[in-house]
Amino acid sequence: MEGMAGQKSSLVWAVNISAFLLVLLWTIPTLGLFVSSFRDRDQIASSGWWQSFSGSEQTGFVRTGTGDDAIQMDGLHVIEGNVLKGEQKLVAWGTGAREPARYQPGDTVEIEEGWQLTVRADGSYRLASRQPFEMRRGERIFTTTMAPPKFTTGNYERVLTAEGLGRAFMNTMTVTVPATVIPILIAAFAAYALAWMEFPGRALLTAAVVGLLVVPLQVALIPLLRLHNDIGIGKGYLGIWLAHTGFGLPLAIYLLRNYMVGLPREVIESARVDGATEFQIFRRIILPLSFPALASFAIFQFLWVWNDLLVATVFLGNTREQLVMTGVLRELMGSKGGEWEILATSAFISISVPLIVFFAMQKYLVRGLLAGSVKGG
Amino acid sequence: MELMWLAISTIAIGLFGCVAWFWGSNMVLDAIYPPRGENAGDNIRRANQIRPWLFLGPALLFLGLYLVYPVIDSFWRSLHSSDGSRFVGGANYVWLLGDDKFRESMLNNMLWLLVVPALSTLFGLIAAQLTDRIRWGNIGKSLIFMPMAISFVGAGVIWKFIYEYRAADQAQIGLLNWIVTRFGGEPQIWLTLMPWNNFFLMIVLVWIQTGFAMVILSAALRGIPEETIEAAILDGASPWQVFFRIKVPQIMGTIAVVWTTITIVVLKVFDIVFVMTNGQWGTQVLANLMYDWMFRGTPDYGRGSAIAMVLMVLVTPIMIWNIRNTRREMR
Repeated sequence: MEGMAGQKSSLVWAVNISAFLLVLLWTIPTLGLFVSSFRDRDQIASSGWWQSFSGSEQTGFVRTGTGDDAIQMDGLHVIEGNVLKGEQKLVAWGTGAREPARYQPGDTVEIEEGWQLTVRADGSYRLASRQPFEMRRGERIFTTTMAPPKFTTGNYERVLTAEGLGRAFMNTMTVTVPATVIPILIAAFAAYALAWMEFPGRALLTAAVVGLLVVPLQVALIPLLRLHNDIGIGKGYLGIWLAHTGFGLPLAIYLLRNYMVGLPREVIESARVDGATEFQIFRRIILPLSFPALASFAIFQFLWVWNDLLVATVFLGNTREQLVMTGVLRELMGSKGGEWEILATSAFISISVPLIVFFAMQKYLVRGLLAGSVKGG
Repeated sequence: MELMWLAISTIAIGLFGCVAWFWGSNMVLDAIYPPRGENAGDNIRRANQIRPWLFLGPALLFLGLYLVYPVIDSFWRSLHSSDGSRFVGGANYVWLLGDDKFRESMLNNMLWLLVVPALSTLFGLIAAQLTDRIRWGNIGKSLIFMPMAISFVGAGVIWKFIYEYRAADQAQIGLLNWIVTRFGGEPQIWLTLMPWNNFFLMIVLVWIQTGFAMVILSAALRGIPEETIEAAILDGASPWQVFFRIKVPQIMGTIAVVWTTITIVVLKVFDIVFVMTNGQWGTQVLANLMYDWMFRGTPDYGRGSAIAMVLMVLVTPIMIWNIRNTRREMR
């Protein structure tokens, strides 16, 4: 309540903070996947995505040079070298597997009698002794290193070319566009008839449509698959378009009818008086006026078809050529459950289109939700 | 490329077919009963009796074929043996009652029905109330609403990453286990942790549905007349009292609608369980169980259909409630 009497500023703060926490909680899961999809394979495996901006810590060991590598310097025998590779930074080091991070960079330690080992922050080490070295294998130096954050688009390149996701993207498009457009057209005519035409049984039909809103999809699978096989459609695009059209219609008719009923009666009546046919009224008056409702259902249907897994699995078949993106994603979860760079990237590609549609058309989506659900509220 | 042309041409054909039906049939009707000439009045009356059915025809055909017929056919199939050849009466339903997996699914479905709509509505209400009162509320709303656009499969991947498990001596890359180990706990394989894994799956759906509840409840909260709230504040009600005693009771109707809508989603929930655990470790639900019987191994259409009918029976009360509401409004 804006300007609510007696509202304290501490309360405003509390509201802001709790809202922020809630939003954070709801955003973090997606954010995690998004960040991971740009991370290097090894980095994903070695640290959480939330640590990816501060770099990832790794432990390992390197061996120093052997006695052959020693040089004489100021009366000492010295072996020198570097423990770091690439752009790593040294965090800590040690000489035993038990305490791999015992010493700080720059420390000098006596590892055996008379052997002085120094490892500096830049990774260079110096092993010095008064006696000549005789060991065959180098001494182990354990390191804890920090690799700088590394982000790459390589995952996307790999997934789009190699994992069949490009193909699946096209398949999904082919399924989605007709399965969005056809039900809108059919529903618009039906909704107009239910809203503005006088005929017996109108109330009954409207109620029936509302009733059909809740029929579980699962009930329809087997009978329809059988039906499609019997009439020769089989598993294919035509079948899945028809199925999505059928399943989407109740909501479409319901939303559009609710909207059309609210259009001003005078406009339609005066058009009738002027001798316009119903078809003309529908085309010239109702359709343009109903644009917001048509748009909101279009978004619903688009999201629903794009995100669907069940209908596609049943009506489209599961060969590589026919899989939609959700299907590919499911397969990857089964076969590449541990390869998060592949999984995260694929998932992000598959949800990117709905997310774009969502953020671009949110206004209409909300409008549709409100028209459809806040009834008797 | 070829695929794209196929898609484009089929869209064109489909659209053209649709338009041609509506346009053509209306032309024919006008030709048979022209709305002018000596019989104009009679003709218009007759045409007006037929025209609604031209408009409704395709929709009724689709609704009948894709929603009504399957219910009847499923019922019929549920009375038959696995391949539909033999009439077995109620045997499939008797089998259901004795099946362990079915009982587990029923129990889990009940749990889902209790938890998910309740939590989604609660979080939605909190989110609506919080975001309505702050300046950046619309951005916050968008972000909470965003999971609605994500597929259940995508959400499955997202949350599987959060539940990811690594052995205790390794760096945890799953957020949940990282938090747990930070506080000195043992990392857990969350998705196999019975019976809690059910709740970890439910959280995914709550995460998705909260945005929906928030949007609708927020609209309802804004629709509350100012006077009642002002009166309550003048009477010295605290913000909590205003919210729970004044606001919530006034939007009870909307809360019921949100609750029911989410209940329907829950009953049909399939994808989340399918991709995250596939019903193992005691997480089976009806929709996934049905899928198993119908499409895995040797299909048993009788048993599968019987499970589908159980789902149908579960949504029937909501269906009746919906129809009643609509009829009341139309009067």
